[in-house]
Amino acid sequence: MSLPLLQVDEVTVRFGGLTAIDNVSFAVNQGDLLGLIGPNGAGKTTMLRSITGVVRPSAGRVALGGEILNDLPIHQRIRRGLSLSQQLVKPLREISVIENVALAAGSARTVTPLRSLLSVACDEEMAVAADMLARVGISAHADQSPAIQPLGVLKRLEMARALALRPRVLLLDEPLAGLNSKEARGLADTIAAINEQGMTVVLIEHNLSEVMRICRRLVVLDNGRRIAEGEPRAVMADAGVRAAYLGGDTTAASADRRADHA
Amino acid sequence: MSYEISLLTTMGISVMFALSLNLITGFCGQISLGHAAFLGIGAYTAALLGKAGLPFLATLPLAMLLAGVIGVIVGLASLRVRADFLAITTMGVGFLFVGIVRQQDALGGELGVSAIPDHGLGRVGFMVLTLVLCVVVAVFCLYIRRAWMGRVFNGIAEDEDTMRVLGIDVPRYKLVAFALGTALAGLAGAFYAYHLQFIGPDSFGFVESITVLSMVVFGGIGSVTGVAIAAALLSALPAWFQVIGDYKLLVYGALLFLMMRFSPGGMAALARRFFSPTEKGGDGRPGRPVQGGRS
Repeated sequence: MSLPLLQVDEVTVRFGGLTAIDNVSFAVNQGDLLGLIGPNGAGKTTMLRSITGVVRPSAGRVALGGEILNDLPIHQRIRRGLSLSQQLVKPLREISVIENVALAAGSARTVTPLRSLLSVACDEEMAVAADMLARVGISAHADQSPAIQPLGVLKRLEMARALALRPRVLLLDEPLAGLNSKEARGLADTIAAINEQGMTVVLIEHNLSEVMRICRRLVVLDNGRRIAEGEPRAVMADAGVRAAYLGGDTTAASADRRADHA
Repeated sequence: MSYEISLLTTMGISVMFALSLNLITGFCGQISLGHAAFLGIGAYTAALLGKAGLPFLATLPLAMLLAGVIGVIVGLASLRVRADFLAITTMGVGFLFVGIVRQQDALGGELGVSAIPDHGLGRVGFMVLTLVLCVVVAVFCLYIRRAWMGRVFNGIAEDEDTMRVLGIDVPRYKLVAFALGTALAGLAGAFYAYHLQFIGPDSFGFVESITVLSMVVFGGIGSVTGVAIAAALLSALPAWFQVIGDYKLLVYGALLFLMMRFSPGGMAALARRFFSPTEKGGDGRPGRPVQGGRS
């Protein structure tokens, strides 16, 4: 069996006396579209932060392609192939939409200050950026300022920027949050299409119907612990998941119906 | 004629000094309220080496080197503190420099260093060299702006957390900004020492740091052209109007306040609004508040 692309191995994160993540393990294989779900406070974002290095695990390890990332700062993890699309979209507002993406596409030119000082041309990066904007469907906004864009465009810009880094694993932190159902469905379709083109994706999301629709596998966290993992329908049928994630049988049945409609 | 030569030399040194701060504060968004210390380090290095017998031109790289190395050490503080705390830290560095120099007899103590040897270039030659280097510094700054380094600096100035997520080694870039900016301040300091042929600790105190910050803010934080014009203008004003020289801190403090209140982008932003109300571009991008002004 081949090595998982991303391996989270017995990771524990403690903040003082609070255990936010408790001995969680899961693996992400090449080409996966893995949904990381759970109720509020389950530890999903903390898990993602411990993968990217914003938070250092108290125990356990995170490995990408077999290389242990634990001691690496955020930027080195990104350069090794992780890419994060943040929940709170944070474009650079003084440059255009396409320039935001080109900045990420030029990561080879910014690897050291000296190389960045000696590099001026940006034609290639602008072409890559244009391609990424087309991929997420916001080419029409390329030359506009991010400051005047609606949330739906900014979410796609965040994703285009993350893709422009040419990651091995794309980490998406609640990309559908704040979008209406039509926008959410459209963006979920885009995520699925990106995955079908070969990109490995880890998706944290509260929008259960879209998660059920596009994810191939789910990992469910509750109170910092992994309580289930597997194929979406099987996971959602799990009694423990129903109780923890949906809060009881009645709600669970309702979620099932939503999933059936999706 | 000798008055005009002296004034042009002073203006050239001020432009170099202001552009050096603009590189740190304007380009990379790191506030510094103690930048005059690096002018002082360059000035003292050049003066003492000159008095020890080194030719003027040989003192220049050494003045830049020492100022740059100490700048990197101060820059290390910027890795741990941001915004208001960085402002206070750099202000402390300024006071520390003056405090140390005052107590060291080897550095001339309160009396400073006098009888700095002649540069040997003649008054006109010295002025020409000052102005040429001033242009070289300005062109270098414009080049950085166009290069990928300028894009990264802009990004760090706006949101360094986002830049980390884009794979940027933010601490390293910040240190480079401090190294370049303080080395150029050291260069300006060497010219300052040889121009006046006397230096004292009071020439590099808090007032000077605020003066140069006023030049940057007045010109437009981050704008090379705006800052160069502002520095040239504001350094000449005290020579033209005695009252400005007498109430320097008051005048520059008021200027800082008025600019931040009514036109945070400085003269550069005002000019852009005047000449092309719909355009935001100018010489690279609009001026913007530094991190120190954000929290």
